[in-house]
Amino acid sequence: MSKNATEAIKEKSMVIQKDMLANLFHELSKTKETGKKVVYTFVPGNLTELILSFDMLPVYPEINALQSGMRKKSGAYIRDAEKLGFSEDVCTYVKCDIGMMLNGNIGPTGEKLPAPDLLLLSYTGCFTFMKWFENLERLYPGVPVAMLHTPYQEDGNITPEQVEYMVKQLKEEVIPKMEKVSGKKFDMERLSKMMTNSAKAEDLLVKILETAKNKPSPIDAYFAGVYYIGPIFTAFRGTDEAVEYYKELYAEVTERLRLGLGPVTPEGELKEEKFRLVVEYPPNWTNFREFWKIFYDAGAVIVASSYTKVGGVYDLGFRHNPDEPLESLSKYCMGCYTNMNLPQRVNLLADYVKEYKADGFLINSIKSCNSFSAGQLMIMREIEQRMEVPVGFIESDLVDPRYFSYANIKNRLESYFQMLEQRKIIMAQDAEKV
Amino acid sequence: MKQFNELLASCKEVAFDLRFTKAANWKLADKSRAIVGFLPIYFPREIVHAVNGLAVGIMGAGDHKQIIKGDAYYQSYICHLPRGIIEMALDDSLNHFDGFVFPAICDCIRNLSGMFKLAEKGKFQRYFDYPQNFDTLIGGVFYRQELEKIIADVYAINKVELTTENLNRSIKLYNYNRKLIEEIYKIRQQYPWRLSAVDTYLIIRAGLAIPVEEHNIILEQTVEAISNERGEPMDNIRVVISGSFCEQPPLGLIKSIEMAGCYIVDDDLMLGSRWIQGDIEDNSNDPLTALTNAYLTQSTCSSAVYDVGNPKGKRVVDRVKKHDADGVIFSAASFCDPALLDRPELQKACDEAGVPHINFQYHENTGQFKVIKEQAGTFSDSIKLWA
Ligand code: SF4
Ligand code: SF4
Repeated sequence: MSKNATEAIKEKSMVIQKDMLANLFHELSKTKETGKKVVYTFVPGNLTELILSFDMLPVYPEINALQSGMRKKSGAYIRDAEKLGFSEDVCTYVKCDIGMMLNGNIGPTGEKLPAPDLLLLSYTGCFTFMKWFENLERLYPGVPVAMLHTPYQEDGNITPEQVEYMVKQLKEEVIPKMEKVSGKKFDMERLSKMMTNSAKAEDLLVKILETAKNKPSPIDAYFAGVYYIGPIFTAFRGTDEAVEYYKELYAEVTERLRLGLGPVTPEGELKEEKFRLVVEYPPNWTNFREFWKIFYDAGAVIVASSYTKVGGVYDLGFRHNPDEPLESLSKYCMGCYTNMNLPQRVNLLADYVKEYKADGFLINSIKSCNSFSAGQLMIMREIEQRMEVPVGFIESDLVDPRYFSYANIKNRLESYFQMLEQRKIIMAQDAEKV
Repeated sequence: MKQFNELLASCKEVAFDLRFTKAANWKLADKSRAIVGFLPIYFPREIVHAVNGLAVGIMGAGDHKQIIKGDAYYQSYICHLPRGIIEMALDDSLNHFDGFVFPAICDCIRNLSGMFKLAEKGKFQRYFDYPQNFDTLIGGVFYRQELEKIIADVYAINKVELTTENLNRSIKLYNYNRKLIEEIYKIRQQYPWRLSAVDTYLIIRAGLAIPVEEHNIILEQTVEAISNERGEPMDNIRVVISGSFCEQPPLGLIKSIEMAGCYIVDDDLMLGSRWIQGDIEDNSNDPLTALTNAYLTQSTCSSAVYDVGNPKGKRVVDRVKKHDADGVIFSAASFCDPALLDRPELQKACDEAGVPHINFQYHENTGQFKVIKEQAGTFSDSIKLWA
């Protein structure tokens, strides 16, 4: 693997996923000619199989926003939305998306994204989603909105009544609107078949993420998780290609494991795993490479993260079930990470620290995001008390470059890594004494 | 007059008593009584009242408490309300509460419910999910189940069964409560000088911390007092305040707007007390369904409720017209996603209807009102000038 200073090192799976995504965006740019209908929706609680079963194409505004962040376009988009009256204080994903739309809706491949034919408001785990699509509804007058209200797991479980509530909404609200927009009848059998594929891909995804339990971990479950392990999942779940992709990826990862190799970073393979971390919340997108570099330069590998679970917490056992497609879509929506209550989140993160033998727990708190951020300081205390590992806390934003201070974050992380180093030394000394 | 001033002074004391002494004393009188705290915006207090409970509104610490512990629980970019409330919980101000209800209005309140769970405050901590589907057989069924959970929570504490008769009686009392509040608003809309917005606010907020029976008496006395002429009409403009439905602005802010030459003829400050529009059926065989239907079909306009098909922009403009207001003051808590994400759309609707507006943001403990007063003063002057 040759190393080039500007070009990131890529595995085969990374190339495949790039092509798959490029094809999707290309297909989206051609909908005028092909007549395919377009559904805008959200990653948490996405109904990808259902959308695809109507031969419609999904667009995920959050993914567009993060892509705009990575392409350094988000700052200008956000400012344009603020000129429209959006406050500096609100979620920057919303502002970035609206700014992108005001600037011609150009997607990550440079091709224009089509306007939505349906706004599928799967209101899962974040209140802002609702406000976001209320705004889009006004910016795309006449486009129907299908609301799917996902009850919160307030008591730490999913009840049969909640499932029934969601299934009724699917039957009475979502599916009829999809039939109308697509001009096709709902096909339960087709949906069910897709779910067989979903479950296969989910099995593989969990196996891949769980390879990080090994020392050294062959993957970085956070940076690689969001970069090439996760994205395919959302847009392609239920398809043959997704299953094939995950088979390829799993083979690649198991081979790395067999060879005892560490994760692939943009500068090649990580030679020495010094620290294993569990991280809560997404990376900053505007400075993604720089941010990642701080970690791999220090030999810090993220072995588990909550952000890769916003699209589904499959490692807790949930699988889409072809025998009860609508019920399982409902359970899926309710099971996503941001729809779990705080005690559940703490338990999950504490389990990760234990099962993935992490040296520390880190929060990257995001200014924009109340859904994740409110309560995080309490989560941090709980993890520190229960797991007795050093905890770290940094702050940035998803796509607003004004809130990413490289020097500040680097300083904080370096101090944190020093603390982890110290602890390792002390623990090693203690072990020797015993 | 003296009596009414005393009444106002006692309302102020109750409204900002962050230890909720009145509620605590009420509970002491009978072992089967229970106190259920609820957060903004709306919670159907009738269900608690009907089972010998008192639903007490926790509207935040405002500028009445120094926040020490609370700041260690929240980042600077999260609104102020939850940090004040966690402070109250941690300094034992809420120890006499049996349980807490967190209505589904935003992720901060939602996550606060989890923080109360982790901190084991109260015997139950219930996130009260408002359905965003308004079909009786879908959202209606769900809402009723949400109500039943809270009824069961209170039952587990005091073993008081809900009866049709009791719930109907509670509905009647709260119907009367809302009717009196609306009566006060109606009189103020015609004669705004008779009762200041600050006093109105105190009278209504006090009602969140005392039994509805007592509050109804206060409201009756208020209606009586302002049915007669009091105060002096001034050359003020008439404004609607929008966006202050959760974290409450400090009194000084409301006062500053009034002093800057604005009569506040409508607002969403104590929105929960005015949430249901009109009466709820109070003599049915199934009062839980009556409460459910009221939520589905009689809810006011709110940032917490899905509005496609019933856009808020139009509803705000309608309110302006209905109350013959000259403009709107968009006044929202900093970092309040629900209010701030609605604002561009509401402003656009106002622009299209030719309704002047200004906006600002606040924290519940904002101490400086000079800028706000100047802004409101300029707004008032410009409207007078161009009228
Ligand atoms: S508030 Fe958070 S979860 Fe919600 S849309 Fe914004 S970034 Fe996403
Ligand atoms: S002020 Fe706004 S963001 Fe804060 S708790 Fe209230 S509704 Fe939520």
